[in-house]
Amino acid sequence: MGTGSELAFWLLAVLIVGSALAVVVLRDVFRAALFLVLCFFAVAGIYIILSADFLAAVQVLIYVGAIAVLIIFAIMLTREAQRGSPSNRLQIPVLIVGLLLLAVIVAVVVDTSWPAADVPPPAPTTGDIAEKLFDKNEGFVLPFEIASVLLLAAMIGAIVLVRERKEE
Amino acid sequence: MQLEANYGYIALLLIVAIIFAASLIIIPFILSRLGIIPRKPDPVKTSTYECGMETVGKSWVQFNFRYYFYALLFVLFDIETVFLYPWAVHFKQLKLFGLVEMFIFIFVLAIGFVYAWRKGALEWK
Repeated sequence: MGTGSELAFWLLAVLIVGSALAVVVLRDVFRAALFLVLCFFAVAGIYIILSADFLAAVQVLIYVGAIAVLIIFAIMLTREAQRGSPSNRLQIPVLIVGLLLLAVIVAVVVDTSWPAADVPPPAPTTGDIAEKLFDKNEGFVLPFEIASVLLLAAMIGAIVLVRERKEE
Repeated sequence: MQLEANYGYIALLLIVAIIFAASLIIIPFILSRLGIIPRKPDPVKTSTYECGMETVGKSWVQFNFRYYFYALLFVLFDIETVFLYPWAVHFKQLKLFGLVEMFIFIFVLAIGFVYAWRKGALEWK
């Protein structure tokens, strides 16, 4: 790891811990949601340092893009949104639960002996992932096509559940 | 490493963008504090929008729940993009097989789109 990526790691680490703390501690739920987006974005940076560029792209697409939109919509859909941003009244319990979860994760990370591969990771990874996913011989072609059926089911489910019924 | 060097440029761009945006706020503030910029406020100058429509009502409104449907669809198509992205990167090597594969994938999702259309889920009533 070069000095540049070490510096980037520490910058991102401070950003992630700071924004994650802000998510828990801030009273304003809307601002907490925005800090969560910042946290997701910084995690994408960590993925890049780990030379997982495809994962970073997916993180930005799904978490920074879609999940953030869903969370902000969920806040704006509540009835409380009319009276300004809803406030977070559970800061201390959430902080305790968050710290407990952190303790569990740290304990597991310290306790596990992590095997390191001898070969350097492939960089960029996206082409190799595509090869593994779409290749005629060794790819996961059928699971990939089944994923489209899963997405179709989710789409039809969303339409059926959310659509207003005409009779009522 | 090549990859890190390439993303280093993105990091550099981000840093420059942040400094640029911050300096646009900070420099006028410092200059006005130092008395270099004359301070002559008038109602038009201090209004939020110098041109355009004045906002009516407050911006904290409860969103129509129908927007949530579009948010859900957005998430689904976003996941489709996750599959499209590596495919597009590796398109040349995958040849015709990859193209047919992706067309089947998109066709299955298009069935959902047609279903939404026929059910009138995309209409705003």
